[in-house]
Amino acid sequence: MKRARVALPRVGGAPGYVVRRLLQAVPVILAIVALNFLLLHLAPGDAAQVLAGEAGSASPEYMAQLRERFGLDQPLWLSLLVYMKNVLSLDLGFSFRHNMPVLDLILQRLGPTILLMGVTLVLSVGAGMALGLLAASRVDGWLDTFISILALISYATPLFWIGLMLIVVFSIKLDWLPTSGMETVAAFHEGWARVADIARHLVLPAVTLSLFYMALYARLMRAAVLEQAGMDYVATARAKGLSETRITLTHVLRNAILPVITMAGVQMGALLGGSIVVETVFAWPGLGLLAYQSLFARDLNLLMGIFFLSASLVVVANLAVDLLYTVLDPRIQAA
Amino acid sequence: MIDVARRFLRSRSAMLGLSILSVVIVVAAAAPVVFPGSPFRRVDQPLLPPFGAYLFGTDVLGRDVAAGIAHGARTSLMIGVLATAVAVAVGTVVGGVAGFYGGRPDDVLMRVTEFFQTIPTFLFAILLVAILTPSTQSIVIAIAVVSWPAVARLVRGEFLAMRGREFVVACVCLGMSDRRVIFRHILPNCLSPIVVTGSLIVATAILVESALSFLGLGDPNTMSWGFMIGAGRTFLRTAWWLCTVPGVAILLTVVAINLLGEGLNDTLNPRLRNR
Repeated sequence: MKRARVALPRVGGAPGYVVRRLLQAVPVILAIVALNFLLLHLAPGDAAQVLAGEAGSASPEYMAQLRERFGLDQPLWLSLLVYMKNVLSLDLGFSFRHNMPVLDLILQRLGPTILLMGVTLVLSVGAGMALGLLAASRVDGWLDTFISILALISYATPLFWIGLMLIVVFSIKLDWLPTSGMETVAAFHEGWARVADIARHLVLPAVTLSLFYMALYARLMRAAVLEQAGMDYVATARAKGLSETRITLTHVLRNAILPVITMAGVQMGALLGGSIVVETVFAWPGLGLLAYQSLFARDLNLLMGIFFLSASLVVVANLAVDLLYTVLDPRIQAA
Repeated sequence: MIDVARRFLRSRSAMLGLSILSVVIVVAAAAPVVFPGSPFRRVDQPLLPPFGAYLFGTDVLGRDVAAGIAHGARTSLMIGVLATAVAVAVGTVVGGVAGFYGGRPDDVLMRVTEFFQTIPTFLFAILLVAILTPSTQSIVIAIAVVSWPAVARLVRGEFLAMRGREFVVACVCLGMSDRRVIFRHILPNCLSPIVVTGSLIVATAILVESALSFLGLGDPNTMSWGFMIGAGRTFLRTAWWLCTVPGVAILLTVVAINLLGEGLNDTLNPRLRNR
């Protein structure tokens, strides 16, 4: 979790905290744009060629126009400013391969990725916490051992391979779930039938992406619950005559949840990286698949646009987790 | 030292990890002898099932899968070790300077480190390899760029803790140069956590490499496990071994390294063992 390091103007109360956190996100976004600019110049050949995407056949006039619009004919520092202005006003250029502006293309694919990541997050945090609680209630029991082994294995297995093996078992052998895509387009489902169809397609990708985080959160939760169980307030609650279930659910849980939420926030970027591979395996039509397709088309500008927007998405998600944190643990604001 | 070695040999998980990893290393070393010639070479009919004339069968172009596994082991280990070496070197210098000098350099360097931890690292690695054009070198650079922050944070913490210790203050009082204090006196004292973290980074690096080459960003001239899975996935329905075998190879190697890392951690930091 990022802590306030710079001495920003101290504004009291919850809104002040929100404002401070928002201000901290600004330099990060600027740095991401600068990094993109640096990469643009690292690429072999002319930066304008990169911006033009795969259009190697782009006309000289178009290249000149690109150079001017992105300030590439200016000195480097000025060119950086122009680039920043363009990117920050969300002018990310044009993709010839898809024949549409990069921004529109990305926004179109954002929905499926957010759906996949959201479901994964809920699944991994929810199931991870439940498993961790169960493991902590029976230390060294079979479930405890099982979770340790699951964690060890899922930590060592490439996501794409888990996905492929799940396809072999559940799609090819058992024929329970579809192998790829987000919905059966040819079926023209509507309303709830469509929701059910998408849900069926979502199962395998979401489970693939969740497994590792589920094991991770389960281990964290287990450690946190065991740590909290020795605290004085638990003894007090027990002395008051509360039942063990009540103590766990209303007292221990609330405190043990914090490290899991912290970790979930930190892992957001990694989750997005994982979704690239998972979307590629399951042909899930999100940002990850778009990134994969842009690799094939050598459309580096599109790839950079995806990087910029998803990095910003991660910054925003981190922000959201921090704010959620203040709700869960009111002591944070004072810090 | 003997005591440490004995403790290491007694750790069951470490020995299991060490033995699996030794097998992988032997396979990698023996690859050019046992499977001479290019692993991309066509040897027989396509899609022969495993455990026949060829241990792991052949792929869609009639290439020997076992040869690919052996040569792929070389690639995985080499990239894992190289990328980790670069990441540890960069991370140690950054973390060391930040922890030793504190103040402004620390602020700036930690800001940079945090930034690299915030951005989606795998996407960044993809972008780097795509821009630098896929080659062993660019893959090593990309993995190192996304792995050093963890080392930097660790080393900074260690240095911060060491900075105020008496032997360091004594060195400074003796008029030793900063460089000498850092490299000769502080660094050797925080070597064990660096070694443990390094071993875990090797494991992650192998996973990242496999994912990159699965996406088609591998070095086109070297065989790798990720590439084999990527090439075999269209034949999932008919030729299960094409994806299964390299996947198991990655799984075993990475589990072995993780077990070894855990074992190292237990032996080098015995006080933490019972936590």
